[in-house]
Amino acid sequence: MDNSDSKLDFDDLGAPKKSTASVTVRRIIAYVVLILLTILCLIWFYILFINATRSNGDLSRGFRAYPSDRLFVNLNNIFHGSLPVVRGMINSLIVAGLTALLTTYFSTMTAYAIHAFRFKGRKAIFVFILAIMMIPTQVSALGFQQLCYSWGLENSFIPLIVPSIASAVVFFYMKQYMDSNLPHELLEAARIDGAGEIRIFNTIVIPLMKPAIAVQAIFAFVGSWNNYFIPSLILHKDEMKTLPILIAQLRAADYLKFDMGQVYAMIAFSIFPVIIVYLLLSRYIVGGVTAGSVKG
Amino acid sequence: MKRQVKNIISAALIAAMVVPMTACGGSSSSSGSSKPSSGDSSSTKTAEEGKVLNIECWNEEFKSRITDHYPGYQETGDNTGKIGDVTVNWIITPTKDNAYQNNLDKVLPDNANASADDKVDIFLMEADYALKYVNSDVTMKLSDLGITDDDLSDQFDYTKDIVKDSDGNIKGSSWQACAAGMIYNRQAAKDVLGTDDPDKVQEAVSDWSKFNDTAAKAKEKGYKITSTVNDTYRVYSNNVSGPWVKDNKVVVDPNIKKWVDDSKKLVDAGETTTADLWSDDWSKGFFPDGKVFCYFGPAWLINFSMHADEDGSIANKGGWGFCVGPQSFYWGGTWIAAATGTDNPTLVKDIILKMTTDQSILTDIAKKDSDCVNSKTVLNTLASDDSFGNAVLGGQNPYKTLEEGAEKVDMSNISNYDQGCNEEFQAAMKNYFDGNASYDDALKQFDTAIVEKYPELTTD
Amino acid sequence: MGKKLSHNQRVNRWGYIFLIPFLLVFIIFQLIPLASTIYNSFFENYMSGLNHIGPKFIGFANFQKLLSGHELLQYTGNTMIMWVLGFVPQIIVSLLLAAWFTDPSLRLKGQRFFKTVIYLPNLIMAAAFAMLFFTLFADTGPINSILQSIGIISKPYQFMSHAGSVRGLVALMNFLMWFGNTTILLMAGMMGIDTSLFEAAEVDGATANQIFWKITLPLLKPIFIYVLITSLIGGLQMFDVPQILTNGTGDPVRSSMTLIMWLNKHLYSRNYGMAGALSVLLLIITGILSLIVFKATASNEVDE
Repeated sequence: MDNSDSKLDFDDLGAPKKSTASVTVRRIIAYVVLILLTILCLIWFYILFINATRSNGDLSRGFRAYPSDRLFVNLNNIFHGSLPVVRGMINSLIVAGLTALLTTYFSTMTAYAIHAFRFKGRKAIFVFILAIMMIPTQVSALGFQQLCYSWGLENSFIPLIVPSIASAVVFFYMKQYMDSNLPHELLEAARIDGAGEIRIFNTIVIPLMKPAIAVQAIFAFVGSWNNYFIPSLILHKDEMKTLPILIAQLRAADYLKFDMGQVYAMIAFSIFPVIIVYLLLSRYIVGGVTAGSVKG
Repeated sequence: MKRQVKNIISAALIAAMVVPMTACGGSSSSSGSSKPSSGDSSSTKTAEEGKVLNIECWNEEFKSRITDHYPGYQETGDNTGKIGDVTVNWIITPTKDNAYQNNLDKVLPDNANASADDKVDIFLMEADYALKYVNSDVTMKLSDLGITDDDLSDQFDYTKDIVKDSDGNIKGSSWQACAAGMIYNRQAAKDVLGTDDPDKVQEAVSDWSKFNDTAAKAKEKGYKITSTVNDTYRVYSNNVSGPWVKDNKVVVDPNIKKWVDDSKKLVDAGETTTADLWSDDWSKGFFPDGKVFCYFGPAWLINFSMHADEDGSIANKGGWGFCVGPQSFYWGGTWIAAATGTDNPTLVKDIILKMTTDQSILTDIAKKDSDCVNSKTVLNTLASDDSFGNAVLGGQNPYKTLEEGAEKVDMSNISNYDQGCNEEFQAAMKNYFDGNASYDDALKQFDTAIVEKYPELTTD
Repeated sequence: MGKKLSHNQRVNRWGYIFLIPFLLVFIIFQLIPLASTIYNSFFENYMSGLNHIGPKFIGFANFQKLLSGHELLQYTGNTMIMWVLGFVPQIIVSLLLAAWFTDPSLRLKGQRFFKTVIYLPNLIMAAAFAMLFFTLFADTGPINSILQSIGIISKPYQFMSHAGSVRGLVALMNFLMWFGNTTILLMAGMMGIDTSLFEAAEVDGATANQIFWKITLPLLKPIFIYVLITSLIGGLQMFDVPQILTNGTGDPVRSSMTLIMWLNKHLYSRNYGMAGALSVLLLIITGILSLIVFKATASNEVDE
């Protein structure tokens, strides 16, 4: 259904063929749309930054398009308040980093098992994992909390990191990516050369999967970085808390301390590391077609 | 978000506001003077008790009260401290997404079996859900700690009603009495009523029909009577004739129905809006351009939430006045409770007694933190002290009104279900006010929401 | 031949070994909670305050309760409407961008920049994003003042009080947060496509249109199916954006209440029974819809 919708679009767009004038027109359309989308994407960061520079009272007067002068006051208040923000940043980095690492490595491994080997029950397991995707996370959240408490995993990062090993969504992506980018001949060739299976996986498959791993690593990192619900059920000790919990705590501050300017400054502060991680990883993705990638 | 909102009581303005309140100063020296006597008693008695005191809370309010006012408390880290040789741990879980209560629900029932250093000793509660814990064995009777009714006799009755279990045992205690009233825009009062004198203004709003007449007059002068219908909700809901739930059946009280009818008229006449509390649209009336006649709130709203530090705000120029309004009500407050299974009962008892009944400490709290404290005697003293004129109120001393209000607040009609009922009712009625549903349909939506939240309840 | 088979069997045994980590973690952290979810759907089992009610076996009573009202249908409808409102522009824009970025005749400058920028909104927490939306779309907010100053409306439009605008805002937020994600997925899928293919096609006189439909799309197909399925499943699990934007009420008149928001309502009282039954129903709905998508895409494969 969607396919036919979009087909109409593209037919309209590419209607006049081959004339250079039409290329120019299409190029102009492309630039206009891209610039509009860019504005739509970046404006939020601008507003966030503006709000981070304003005082609590100033913020209550509603939106302003220009910055004020309170940014350093707000940041100073955060760093000299009693919230362990630096510790929170480190905790978030540990949790999000390990989550991204584990989920991509093991999902690739799982996808590789289904993609490269023909064993009994292969199809059944594939369908089974797809079915898992359909389970909403909220369903088992409270049962999950109970499980963690009964195993003494309160105030531990394990329940936040380890479950990501079994991520059906990441697995599915890796599997689909392998279908179009990981030819069986290549693996056969490696086997004939006498390489062991684990070696093949680590030295041939993983490097070939780099773009897919980069994509899912970004998603996993961002998802884990911004996750509030599960960490809020598990982490209660200050030295273990992640940034979203600290932000929620800042928003629940008592009236003597409540300060929306600080909340915005804290949100802005907590976005920085994700942007950096994103920019680092995104070069594996965006470089792609333009750079003329080597076919895998 | 509504749940948070109660704590989101905004204020960065310590600089501008606290100065006049602490002008009489000496808070540090007076708390210092009471240190020696109580210091020994707690350290000798706790010798055979637990070495760790765990306190469950959702923000740092109580921690800063203890740090500033509890004799012998020493801060040793961001969220740790020491009282004598007992280590104090502050375990903070934010309220967002019900995380705080989820955590309590998890740890409190098993508290007796927890290892000594992990036992919760004290936890804090808000009024809206206090009965959930009070009507359960997880909370200790204060009498079991050795706190008598006499100890609490200077507290306001409503603060005790909120933490009374079904057998009449008191299971918590608060240092705050958040009696509230009507905070009116003096300029608006002059424009609409020709006077900004609190007594005269009170006459014009002394009951709901006069209040609604004033609303019509305010509209003629370009003012909305309140910023939103939700401003008056607490005033009506604090003055109900029966609880939300009787014999597991949800009942809409006549006074709450009156809120619906009055509010619908006001909205339809363009005399108020349906914005959410704490939204930008709500707080616009803190500035003259917002053209809002009055807000309803307690001392903390006046002192910390009306943006007195912001140039151009009404509070900044002392442009607000304070009177009782159509009915007495309260808003906010934090209750201290002892968790069953605590291994520090003596220390817990001392903390509750000192922080919620010791008049010199309560006076210090009133001076330093501007809390409206839970002591009739202290509030009476403050009411007669001219130095407690409030800058936001143009020098008016609100304590007499607050004290009288706190006496009149009657919270004997609360139920275990108030938090859910109040939230869902306001949310459902917004559809009626906005014209998206008839009253009956909105009520049906409320019934649905209540049964989802509380499966044991029935509705009509 | 026989030797080869046994070699293959030996090799294929590695399939099981590579599956161990996934299955182990899955069983511990997901299967146990899931099994108890399904098990609980047949029980009356919830918390009243701190008192545990049940568990008491009641057969299909929970399912009956859920299916007898109009809610299931209504909230499924809400969810699908908001998903389609967000997904259609999302997939169109993503495919459009993918087509432009791979079109050698366009030679767009600054592609790296544009490709990098589109994912950025996803880095902002949904809760923070919603806070910004509240500010912008408040009655006294900038959107209203712009609309008023250019004379489209005479008095502030209450965005949060109308079903259309709330659904529209939910879709807009979902679109902004996820179209970059979709585009990145498609682009990563294109990583494997050799650019010389496009250039060769252009030399052969293929139009941009032909290149897109004959080269780009077929090569993208596995990823495209992935996007479609995960977006559908993600759409059915839509929760945080409408939850935050409407304070969990799904108003006006529950017109923006999604299935998971409804589920979440039952979790307030730890209603494992009702939540379990609703989860099972959700599983069935999602399964059916996914099967349709699978079938539809599989038949395409035969056509080619």
